[in-house]
Amino acid sequence: MKQLMTGNEAAALAAKMAKPQVVAAYPITPQTSIAEKLASYVARGELASRYIKVESETSALAACMGGSLAGARVFTATSSQGLALMHELLHWASGARLPVIIVDVNRSMAAPWSLGVDHNDSLSQRDTGCIQIYCETAQEALDNVLIAFKLAEKVLLPTMVCLDGFYLSHYSEPVDIPEQADVDRFLPRRKAKYRMDPNDPFTFGGGVSPQVLFGLRKRIQSDMDSALDCFRQICTQFFRYFKRRYRAVESFEIKGKDIALVTNGTLSGTVRAFVEQNGKEKGVGLVKMRLFRPFPKGEFKKAIKGLKKLVVIDRNLSPGSGGIFSQEIRSAIYGIEAALPIVSVIGGLGGVDVSIEDLDRLVDRIREGGDLQDETIWMEA
Amino acid sequence: MAKVRVKEELVYPGSFACPGCGLMMAFRHVLRVLGRNTAVVTTAGCGSVVAGSYPQTISKVPFFHCSFGTAASTAAGLKAGYDMMGKRSINVLAWAGDGGTFDIGLQSLSGAAERNEDIIYVCYDNEAYMNTGVQRSSGTPMGAWTTTTPRESLEDRPKKKMAAIMAAHEIPYIATASVSYPEDLDRKIRKAKGIKGFRFIHIIVPCPTGWLYPASETVRLGREAVLSRIFPLFEIMAGKKYRLSPMGAKTPVREYLVSQGRFKGLSEKDISLIQEKVDEYWSELEELAARSRESHS
Ligand SMILES: Cc1ncc(C[n+]2csc(CCOP(=O)(O)OP(=O)(O)O)c2C)c(N)n1
Ligand code: SF4
Ligand SMILES: [Mg+2]
Repeated sequence: MKQLMTGNEAAALAAKMAKPQVVAAYPITPQTSIAEKLASYVARGELASRYIKVESETSALAACMGGSLAGARVFTATSSQGLALMHELLHWASGARLPVIIVDVNRSMAAPWSLGVDHNDSLSQRDTGCIQIYCETAQEALDNVLIAFKLAEKVLLPTMVCLDGFYLSHYSEPVDIPEQADVDRFLPRRKAKYRMDPNDPFTFGGGVSPQVLFGLRKRIQSDMDSALDCFRQICTQFFRYFKRRYRAVESFEIKGKDIALVTNGTLSGTVRAFVEQNGKEKGVGLVKMRLFRPFPKGEFKKAIKGLKKLVVIDRNLSPGSGGIFSQEIRSAIYGIEAALPIVSVIGGLGGVDVSIEDLDRLVDRIREGGDLQDETIWMEA
Repeated sequence: MAKVRVKEELVYPGSFACPGCGLMMAFRHVLRVLGRNTAVVTTAGCGSVVAGSYPQTISKVPFFHCSFGTAASTAAGLKAGYDMMGKRSINVLAWAGDGGTFDIGLQSLSGAAERNEDIIYVCYDNEAYMNTGVQRSSGTPMGAWTTTTPRESLEDRPKKKMAAIMAAHEIPYIATASVSYPEDLDRKIRKAKGIKGFRFIHIIVPCPTGWLYPASETVRLGREAVLSRIFPLFEIMAGKKYRLSPMGAKTPVREYLVSQGRFKGLSEKDISLIQEKVDEYWSELEELAARSRESHS
C-alpha cells in the first residue's frame, strides 16, 4: 500500500513496526515530529512500548542503553546538538555492545543557529563505533530503519540512520508501506544473548587491563568488518520480503561515463535527476554512499571500475582538512592500480540548495579546470 | 538491642576498597536487604573501582558500569526494559557517589525523579570526588580540605541540601542513613523496596582516605556525623511528610570535626560558624517534622 508521507513519518512508522519495547527521545528541530509521532503511537496503544520522556538527549541514549541491557529492543531519534550531547554515550553504547537504534535527522551544528541540513552532526560521530546509514528518500528512511534494527542486533553495535533535515524529514513522498506480518517475519523479537539477568548475573563495563581493552577494540573492528557482509545478507532478505534492493554503495548510469559524482543523502536525488537529464551529454553518472560506517571499501572499489574521475560532493566540512567523504574515499582507493583522480567539492552546507543547474556548472568547471586534485571546490551558495 | 538477621551476602570478599571504607559497608548492606533479584547500575567513582577489574567482580547480582552522569536515566531504562519484558519484580538500584548525584548526574536524577521512575537510587556520600583523588563536590561540607579546596582556601560553601531538592520532586520516599546505624539503614532499604516509584536514599559513608582519619574510626565518625546533626537521619514521605529517625542525644560538632584531618586548622570562629549552620538546619528539620506530625495526626 502506498501512502504519501514525510521522511520523519516514514522513519517513525518503521520504528513502530519494529516494535521496540523502550523508546526514549527528546525533541529538537527537525527531529521533533518523530518524537511526537512515537508518543502518540504509544499513547493510543498502537505500539506496546515504554516511552520515556527524558530531560535530555544524554538521558535518551542512557535510557535506551538501560532498556537494551534488560534485553529489550530500543529506539531513539535526535538531531545536531542532541546528537552531540549523546557523544559520550555513543562510545559507551558501542563499547558495551548495545544495539541501540538512533535516527539522526541531520542538521548543521551551532554556532550560529541554523536549521538546515549538513552532515557534520553525524560525521562528527565517525569514530564512536556506531554504524551509519544514509537515506535518499522517505522510502529509504522506512526501509533503512527496519534494516538497521536487524543489523544492530546481529552485530551488537549501535546503529544510526541519517535523514537529511527538511529535504527529507519534512517533504512528503509516496511510500510503500510493508505489511506488519512481513515485518514481523523479517524482524522477529530481539533475543539478547547478553543481558542483565539476576538468574545469570554478570558484571558489564568495569575496569579492564590494557590488553583486554586492546582485544575488545580489535573485536569491534572485526565485527564492523563483518557488518558489511551482514548488511549485504540482510538487504538480500529484505529484497525477498519487500522487493526493494539496497546496497552499501549504489551506482546509477555510470556505464560508458568517465566521471561519477559521489554523494550521500538527498543530494543523491538531485544528482540522479541531473544524470537522467544531462548524464549522457556530460558523461556523468552517480555513485551513492548508503553506508558510511563501516566504510564499504571493497564495494566502492567495485562500483567505480572503468571511471576516469571521481567528483565527491561533501555536504560537510572538517575544518583544516576538507570534505570528509572525499578523505575517506581517497584512503579507500589509495594504492589501487592507476588510482583515480578525485575532485573534492563542498556544497549545500547549512541546507543551501544544490540545484541541477549548480551541478551542470560544476561539471563544466571540472571538465575545463584540469587537475584540481589539490584544491577544494566550493559550490556557490 | 535490636536483633539483625544476617541475610545472604551478595558481595564477594576482596574488593579494591581502602581499609575502613564506608562505601563498601553501605553497598554490602544495601544489597543484602534488596536480595538476589536485583540489578545494579553504577557511575564512575569509587563505587565502580572497588567493584574490581575484569575478570573479577565483587557483585553476585548483575552490575553495569554506566557513564558518570547517567545513573538515574540508565536505571530508568533498565527498569522500563524489565517491565516491558514481564520481569516486573526485579529491583533496579542506581548506585552513585555524591559527585554522580549532586553534580554531574543531577539533571538525569531530577528527570527520573520527576517522572517518578520505579527505581531505588542510593547516593553513597563520601563528600568529595574520591576516585579522582579528593576534589571538592557540591556535597563537600563547609570548612573541609580537598585537593581543590587546599588549606589556603578551604571549602566556603555549605553542603547542597540534596534531600530538600529531592523533596521538591514529590517522590514517594526519601531517606537519609548512615552506615553506623545499620538497623535504621536496613529498615529504610526494606521500606524503600516495598514502595513503587522513585525512592532516594542518601547514605553518609565516611572515607578514611579522603577525610584523613585512621581506618578504625569509620563507624565512630558515621555515628558522630549523626549525633552532631551534621548529617541527621530522617525520612520524607511524598515530598512533604518529614519524620526524624532515632539518633540519640544531640552533641556538639567539635568532636566530629577535630577527629578528621580534613578539618584540621579550622579556627574556633570557623567551628562556631559551622555549629550555627548545623543548629539552623536541625531546627528547620525539627520544625518540618513537627508540622508533619500535626498535619498528619
Ligand atoms: C564525564 C566524566 N567526567 C569526569 C570523569 C572523571 N571522574 C571519574 S570518577 C569522578 C569523581 C567521582 O566522585 P563521586 O561521584 O563523589 O564518587 P567517589 O569517587 O567519591 O566515590 C570523576 C570526576 C568521568 N569519569 N566522566
Ligand atoms: S577513597 Fe574512600 S570511598 Fe574510595 S575506596 Fe577509599 S575509603 Fe572508600
Ligand atoms: Mg564522592
